[in-house]
Amino acid sequence: MKRRWNWPIWVGFAVVVAGLFSYGFFVRFPTTRDFPWANLLLFGIGAALLIVGLFRAFGRPQVYRGKVFGSIFTAIAVLVVAFFSYGIFYVVRQVPASSGAPRVGQKAPDFILLDQNGKPVGLGDLLSGSRGVALIFYRGFW
Amino acid sequence: MRSFQQRLPEFEARGIRVVGISVEPPATNQRQSQKLGYTFPLLSDPNAKVIRRYDVLHPGAGPKSADIARPAEFLLDSNGVVRWVNLTENIAVRARPEQVLGAFNELQSVGQ
Repeated sequence: MKRRWNWPIWVGFAVVVAGLFSYGFFVRFPTTRDFPWANLLLFGIGAALLIVGLFRAFGRPQVYRGKVFGSIFTAIAVLVVAFFSYGIFYVVRQVPASSGAPRVGQKAPDFILLDQNGKPVGLGDLLSGSRGVALIFYRGFW
Repeated sequence: MRSFQQRLPEFEARGIRVVGISVEPPATNQRQSQKLGYTFPLLSDPNAKVIRRYDVLHPGAGPKSADIARPAEFLLDSNGVVRWVNLTENIAVRARPEQVLGAFNELQSVGQ
C-alpha cells in the first residue's frame, strides 16, 4: 500500500524557513523589529506542524511517510531557529557601552561633515535658526 | 530613519532639524536618500572622526570588519546642548520619532 503524503512536515519546514527569511521584510517596521514576534510566530507555527508531522510519521508509519526526511527537516529547522535566536538575542546586543558619549546638559561636540550632495554642513549651520537638532547616528546602508 | 522621514513634518513644525550621520560616503548617502525618499541631510563621516568624538563607534561591526557607528540618537537644543539621548543596548531597537518629539515637547513644557 502506498503511504500517504505527510504534508505537515513539508509545510512546517517551509514556514520555519519563511520565518527566517521574512526578517528582511519585518525589520523595516519598528513594531516587528524591536521584538521579532512575527518571525517567532512563524517559527511556532512551523514547529507545531513539524511536531504533528513527526507524530504521524512515527505513530502510524504504515499510513504516513516521513520518518527519515521528517527527522532531517526537523533537525534543519532547529538549526535555523537556533541561528536566528543567536543573531537576534545575542549578536544584536553586543553594542559598545559608549560611556564617553555626550550626556544631557553637556555641549555636543562640534563638527563639519559633507552631506549627500558633497556640501559641508556644520553643527553651527544646523543650529542656526532652529529650535533643536536631532542627530541620528546610523550603521549604514548594507 | 524611514519612520523619521514619515514624521518629518512634525519635526519641521517644531523647528527641529533632523540629520543622519554614518561612515557612508556622500555618493552612497545620495543614492540611498533618493531611493528611500529622505529629505533630511545625511552626513558622511568616512573616517569616523566625529563618531569617535561622540563615543558612538562600533569597532569592526561593519562590512569587512569596518568601524561603523552604533545606533544612537541625540536631541540638542538651539544652543547645541544635549537635552535627550538614546544609547540603545540592542542595535535592532532604535529611537522612534515619537520618543524624540515627546522629549522635545516635554522640554518645551518645562520651559527649558
